Amino acid sequence: MKRYVAALLGSAVMMGMAVPAMAQDPIEIEYWQYFFQGRVDAIDALIEQFEAENPGIVVNHTHFPYADYRTRIAAAVPAGEGPDVIQMFYGWVPDYIDAGLLQPLPAEYFPLQELEDEYFDIVQAMVYDGQLYAVPTAVRSLALFWNKRMFEEAGLDPETPPATLDEMVDFAVALTERDGGGNLTAVGLTMAMTGQDHHWWREVLVRQFGGQPYSDDGRTVTYNDEAGAAALQYYIDMIQEHGVSDIGFMDEPQAAFRAGRGGMHIDGSFRLGALRDTRGLDWGVGELPANADGDRYNFSSYWVNGITTTPQGEEFDAAARFLQFITTPDAMQLWLETVGELPAREAAALTDENTAHPEYGPFVRGLEYANATQFVNESAQRQLMVDMVDRVLLQGMSVEESLAVAAEQEQALLDEFYGG
Amino acid sequence: MFAWRDRLTVGQKLAIWAWGFLAVPVVFYCVIRFYPTFESFAISLTDWDVLSDPNFIWFENYVRLWNDPVFWQVLGNTFMYLLLGTPISLLIAFVVAYYLDQVRFMHGFMRALYFLPFLTTAVAMAWVWRWFYQPVPIGTFNNILATLGFAQQPFLRSTTQALPAILAPAIWAGLGFQIVIFLAGLRAIPSSYYEAARIDGAGKWQILTEITIPLLRPTVVFLVVISSIGFLRIFDQVFNMTPQGDGGPLNSTKPIVLYIYETGFDAFNMGYATAQTVILFLILLIITLIQLRLLRGR
Repeated sequence: MKRYVAALLGSAVMMGMAVPAMAQDPIEIEYWQYFFQGRVDAIDALIEQFEAENPGIVVNHTHFPYADYRTRIAAAVPAGEGPDVIQMFYGWVPDYIDAGLLQPLPAEYFPLQELEDEYFDIVQAMVYDGQLYAVPTAVRSLALFWNKRMFEEAGLDPETPPATLDEMVDFAVALTERDGGGNLTAVGLTMAMTGQDHHWWREVLVRQFGGQPYSDDGRTVTYNDEAGAAALQYYIDMIQEHGVSDIGFMDEPQAAFRAGRGGMHIDGSFRLGALRDTRGLDWGVGELPANADGDRYNFSSYWVNGITTTPQGEEFDAAARFLQFITTPDAMQLWLETVGELPAREAAALTDENTAHPEYGPFVRGLEYANATQFVNESAQRQLMVDMVDRVLLQGMSVEESLAVAAEQEQALLDEFYGG
Repeated sequence: MFAWRDRLTVGQKLAIWAWGFLAVPVVFYCVIRFYPTFESFAISLTDWDVLSDPNFIWFENYVRLWNDPVFWQVLGNTFMYLLLGTPISLLIAFVVAYYLDQVRFMHGFMRALYFLPFLTTAVAMAWVWRWFYQPVPIGTFNNILATLGFAQQPFLRSTTQALPAILAPAIWAGLGFQIVIFLAGLRAIPSSYYEAARIDGAGKWQILTEITIPLLRPTVVFLVVISSIGFLRIFDQVFNMTPQGDGGPLNSTKPIVLYIYETGFDAFNMGYATAQTVILFLILLIITLIQLRLLRGR
């Protein structure tokens, strides 16, 4: 027993001595992100390239399950134990700056003016007190997937998705199938606010019906008006009036679509990988339908990278160089091909090749007319949309009343965040 | 050299040995159980959000709880799970155990079958049941209803049916354990009591109500305590059977533990989450004390 303890202690001492001795030469920096196979592969590939170009720097890559990710960052950074460069959802950035977890990025590597010119609008949201705190690497947007075989069976052209919202209703009606008892066996449009629909409703439908979901500074809910009610009515009508869908059909929207029992499906580019792997499913993807006036909108959300307060001196410099490296156009193209998320630089995203791409194309084109929601707590805000629809469907509340309740509750969430 | 040892009495030595061994669990409980429990009382008086330093805000979290309609709803749901779950599960478990006790043919095998769900992971079971409850075309229950010509039931998509629908697998999962305990309780009743009763001409019903049930009281109290605590802490089934684990629709199935989890690890509002935990702790404490008193009063 004693010998065993001694051996343990001895090896611990040796390791403790060995690590600083090795670290004297190359500068080590720590990169953190959450686990998603494509992301891990992409960063590993980028680290390999970076280390080849910068022999003096070693990048350690650590990833956690998404569920633990935020808690770990919050615990590790203040203790000085954590990562030097972290990947974050753009909605977390205000929180992290508030809590003093991030340092401003050095202007020599990230000239603000240049970034504002080259990136999609979101860069502005990463600037606080005139200083840039994070750089977007990838952006997500929405598109409409459709099942070509179901289109054909319904007598629709399998190569043409609906162009307008009204056409979408007609298509959905044609695509819906019911059994002898009147039960849905295939839905025209997969629907659930738990999926991507809450983004579609907020940033697309509300705007298409002439409204605006939030004030420009993102602090006031502005969808509680006629436009918002019309947008919600359109959504509810799909289920109640046209009967082309139901919440919870096949458990979740993407499952229904992948099983070939959903004619149309709204989702992000990250779904492409899963759909490619689904055997026997013949699908197409196109831009979200426009409104009667031809207005198109889309929802975009960003993943950004920033430098924590941990690295100082030459480590900070190394961290900045690594961050610069993973936000080059080449790196973003690699990210697109490996992860399926679009480049956050306009020039890198809107190449002829990308916009014409049969799969990425609709997402990339959607970026040109997309808006990002400034979430303060995405899951809580999504839940408000889920409940808004359920109050109408399950409790018979009127669309206007349910909308007002949602707006009031969401405003309370925003107030709590910005007030506190 | 060993003089101090010799001065101890045998009793003292035994005590030292006992405490020496007890020290391990005592330290463990102090560090892992009691210290966090007391610390959570302190956290519940702050606005700690994981990221920034906590501020002391007195009883603000408790005031907020009092005025939070969702908190009252989840508290109501929690007691619904308790008040439906405990009696129903005990009744079924007793009936099964009572008849299983009289079965001789393949008794061990039957008992193992009933015990099997208790060994299954709650998460896996919850997902299987979630699919059972789906609408046509994938839901087993609704497919059966549709085949027989009945209307589909919304089950998990209904604010009234969802809670019982989630409770069913929770009851089923705990049944095996309760049956085994009941069987042990039944076996512990001396057979001479039954013989004496039969000689006196008591009927089956009389034997059941006059002998079996009264003598099972300690077993029943034990099971009530255990299953009450279990239903008050229900989480896995709800989290896995509702979309995104939201305890919906419209919070109709959300138990207090899920609300604590959401407040703490989704909204990172640790102070408020801890205040809810303290309330749950007090409820569990009160219920356990009442039940312990019942035990002692025997």
